[in-house]
Amino acid sequence: MEPRPKSFYVLSAFFVLFLVFLYGPTLTIGILSFQGPGGGLTFPMRGVSLHWFRDLFEQQAVGDIWGSFRRSFVLGLMVMVTTVVVSVMGGLAFRKRFAGATVLFYLIITSLVIPSILISLGVGLIWSQSGLPVHWSSSGFGAQLTWTLPFGLLIMFAVFNRFDRSYEEAARDLGASPWQVIRHVVLPIIAPSLIGVALFGFTLSYDEFARTLLTSGSHNTLPLEVFGMTTNVTTPVLFALGTLTTVFSLLVIGIFLLVVWFMNRRRTRHGSDAGQGLV
Amino acid sequence: MALRHHFKTKPFGVSVRNTSVIGWLLASPLSLVLLVFLVAPITMIVVVSFWGATEWSIYPAFQFDNYAFLLTSDVTYRVFLNTLKYAAITWVCTLLIGFTVAYYLAFHIRSLTWQIALFLLCTIPFLTSNIIRMISWIPFLGRNGIANSTLISMGVIDEPLEWLLFSDFSVVLAFVHLYTLFMVVPIFNTMMRIDKSLIEAAADAGATGWQTLWHVIVPLTKPGIMIGTIFVVALVMGDFITVRFMSGSQSANMGRLIQNDIALLQYPSASATAVILLITVLLLIGTLLRFVDIRKEL
Repeated sequence: MEPRPKSFYVLSAFFVLFLVFLYGPTLTIGILSFQGPGGGLTFPMRGVSLHWFRDLFEQQAVGDIWGSFRRSFVLGLMVMVTTVVVSVMGGLAFRKRFAGATVLFYLIITSLVIPSILISLGVGLIWSQSGLPVHWSSSGFGAQLTWTLPFGLLIMFAVFNRFDRSYEEAARDLGASPWQVIRHVVLPIIAPSLIGVALFGFTLSYDEFARTLLTSGSHNTLPLEVFGMTTNVTTPVLFALGTLTTVFSLLVIGIFLLVVWFMNRRRTRHGSDAGQGLV
Repeated sequence: MALRHHFKTKPFGVSVRNTSVIGWLLASPLSLVLLVFLVAPITMIVVVSFWGATEWSIYPAFQFDNYAFLLTSDVTYRVFLNTLKYAAITWVCTLLIGFTVAYYLAFHIRSLTWQIALFLLCTIPFLTSNIIRMISWIPFLGRNGIANSTLISMGVIDEPLEWLLFSDFSVVLAFVHLYTLFMVVPIFNTMMRIDKSLIEAAADAGATGWQTLWHVIVPLTKPGIMIGTIFVVALVMGDFITVRFMSGSQSANMGRLIQNDIALLQYPSASATAVILLITVLLLIGTLLRFVDIRKEL
């Protein structure tokens, strides 16, 4: 191997600094959440304790955290499943020519770039003016889909851009019906990317704030609850909650990555070259 | 990277009309969601922006009062300019940082496994909560925070800096912290597709490292830069929560105006501001889209 140029070391240092910038603050509140009972929102640490985590489990201290966590979790799953199904169908649709495809494409882009508060405001207005009850599982659910679906579709576009259609042709030549081609050829090949879409669907929903602000009704989701706390809680209990939420997100990401890793390993072990076209 | 060869053949026995129907059926759930939760809300906002409001209710009308008030108030123009200022500064910072990081990953890391691992390391924060990532700046930037106490102990300053938290500085810092990933990902994606032999060719032809960077890599990376720009501009222009939280409610952008009106139940006025914001964002993004074919670049 040729020796590294000097720029490599400069850029490496820059990259490390970037990572510190990305992760440093999160790690700091992770440490500060173990602050002793007398400690404040910043260093120095006054002892080490689980005091603030314990506080989280006492209902009356900080509102309905566990209820909001449950709602966010269920909503995340709902959004995840819907995002995967609708994105795959949409991705398949865009491989064919159909009337209105261009309009639909620009709607997807609009959905991606529209300020979140407009979705919140618009959906909230429709629901309130038509007398429907605003609820996280109806209006909130739909509002979040306008954020997760564009990401799911962009991933699907990327996947199908790299998809080798000769696999499908081969299946068709062997007499597979269109449904069989999808079920036994296309879906298994794109499966790892679908895990990615699912991950985006879940985490984007779980962390979404602006689009749920006016659409979730009287029962808060977790990000709304956390934001409410920022205005009236000035103790490290805020950091404890932040740390728990981040740890949960990291766990979810880890699980998804493991699933992808196992799928790829199984695939290699079975000696199938399906998916090679994806690289 | 991928050899993208498309077989533009039509399967036998399937008429074009038939595929069109199937395509339409496949796209119908997507269309339905976007109609109900994107098109209808936008329409509703446009309609309500002409309505009137009392202190406690709103009533249907067709009047231009909301727009007249907005467009004659110099608060609007100040806030509008402030919104653009945030977008511009954040764009420059995220582009410089994002490009450098992507360039490092794409051209200085030699094994694909390491590239993927480091890339994932850069993207993971995107999947955690924005609000918590904002909160996590408090212990750094506060009056008695890490930054101030470090600077004081180093003897750089005598008094704590007041402008670290709750200022334009902290707002932009948070934006850069939250959104640089949106530059890294598309730029890295485009860079990974650059044929490495082009860079060798540039070197063989006597180009210095900088010349290769400026005359070969940057032009070939433009689509990625455009996509990153679209994300960052859209996110910063439409933000309200970062500005509210990181400025301690001392600065405003268009999103904050909308949110204030909402809090006061002045929905028609909020809608009018929303319409103006939407038009601005769509014009900006529409202009950017002229320079890049998103579907082709993914």
